[in-house]
Amino acid sequence: MTGGDSHRTVEAVWRIESAQVVAGLARLVNDVGLAEELAQDALVSALEQWPRTGVPDNPGAWLMLTARHKAIDLIRRNARYADKLAEIGRDLEVRRESAEAELDDALDDHIGDDLLRLLFTACHPVLRPEGRVALTLRLLGGLTTQEIARAFLVPEPTVGQRIFRAKRALADGRVPIELPPPDELPARLASVLEVVYLVFNEGYSATAGDDWTRPALCEEALRLGRLLAGLMPGEAEVHGLVALMEIQASRIRARTGPDGEPVLLLDQDRSRWDRLLVNRGLAALARAEALGTLGPYGLQAAIAACHARAAAAEDTDWERMAALYRVLAHLAPSPVVELNRAVAVGMAYGPARGLEIADALLEERSLGNYPQLPAVRGDLLEKLGRLDEAREEFRRAAGLTRNEREQALYLARAQR
Amino acid sequence: MRYMIILRATDLPGTPPPADLMEAIAKLGEEATRSGALLDTAGLAPSSEGARITLAGGALNVMDGPFAEAKELISYSLFEVRSKEEAMEWTSRFLKVHRDHWKGWEGEADVLRVMGPEDFAAPE
Repeated sequence: MTGGDSHRTVEAVWRIESAQVVAGLARLVNDVGLAEELAQDALVSALEQWPRTGVPDNPGAWLMLTARHKAIDLIRRNARYADKLAEIGRDLEVRRESAEAELDDALDDHIGDDLLRLLFTACHPVLRPEGRVALTLRLLGGLTTQEIARAFLVPEPTVGQRIFRAKRALADGRVPIELPPPDELPARLASVLEVVYLVFNEGYSATAGDDWTRPALCEEALRLGRLLAGLMPGEAEVHGLVALMEIQASRIRARTGPDGEPVLLLDQDRSRWDRLLVNRGLAALARAEALGTLGPYGLQAAIAACHARAAAAEDTDWERMAALYRVLAHLAPSPVVELNRAVAVGMAYGPARGLEIADALLEERSLGNYPQLPAVRGDLLEKLGRLDEAREEFRRAAGLTRNEREQALYLARAQR
Repeated sequence: MRYMIILRATDLPGTPPPADLMEAIAKLGEEATRSGALLDTAGLAPSSEGARITLAGGALNVMDGPFAEAKELISYSLFEVRSKEEAMEWTSRFLKVHRDHWKGWEGEADVLRVMGPEDFAAPE
């Protein structure tokens, strides 16, 4: 290996292994911040040694063992942990010879649980949402502070602060690194899913920023989702979220036209949808359905699947979608869901029925500055032949959006 | 970004693939799937069971396998990773598994990037 190449190779190995290494260390030292520092130290050692020695056959175990030695050194230097030192020291002396083999076994046995514990800790409700997101990307995704900052369009020190505060909040709150007890699991899992979906949406909705870093965030969220599905295969909502993300991600290529302008779902060239992701999404949805009643993510996936299953826009099963929206509106009521339901009902049962639902949202204060409300009303009014009112609505939508491309789209429709 | 990896054997030992190898491949595949990196993979039957269709001089030509000039394909896999090096690392792991469990096996892998949205998005 030579200079830059070897550096990139170490980085790649780090990307693959870091979450497991940090998770394993967190179990050992019971502190997320310390675990990450130790893992980083091990990475530095790898950067020093691997270019000379080559990447070891089991780099994960190498990193873990190196970090563990560093942990023991640290504990040794720290008198307060004398008891722990004795315990770990004895353990290590006895097994030093077979340490690597033993570590392999330990990694095999614990990887799943360790990763889950780490994920639930990073998404702990004592943390602020932005802290959860940053910590999760850092610890589970192996992203650098700089990468997270770039992806979220915030200054690097801000992300550094978020991560620092999150780690301190975990330490101050003496949050144990453990799986939530069964009675807390649904709420805690909801927090994990929320973080993953937040990351995905940040990449998907692209409210600002360049086009390049954003799809990478979608991939990161998908990776986290798939990981979680592998670790908790019995949770319907985990598969539901994965299904939703896979299906939405399948459309990324078709969502922008040649000049970067947004292309609405019904106008998209479906041959550009990523069939592999569509099929993976439909399979994940089938797994969610097989596990029982769909939750909010599963229902959204089922709705997304109505589009995915239609070879052409006009083949869309709008009645099924309207029904799914009704269940979703019941389970997770929100004005945005209601607005989407208005669209589906408008397609299934005619624009007048859709407009009725959309009009009921005019009093909704949370939608006061939401460009999609006038845009949806404009579309329905246009279909009803009330063209002047429709133009007025599209002008209003254009005035509300901060996305230039979207604005252009609305202005064009206002001139039709 | 996505990578298609095509693994070919260049020298097959006279022995059948050992059970150890199959187990190690399965384990590595499971690991890669669970980490979200491996999207799809399959073994490929010998080219003697396939065909090649060419277009040359305006004429379609169908040729049954085997293709004398082609080495036998063994498998393909599709990975979603964050860098080329990551795809290379997974590929190296698959080759190492062969080295460790099937003496005499030699082969090569092509690591090819599949074009994605980043290749089509219009730069601002």
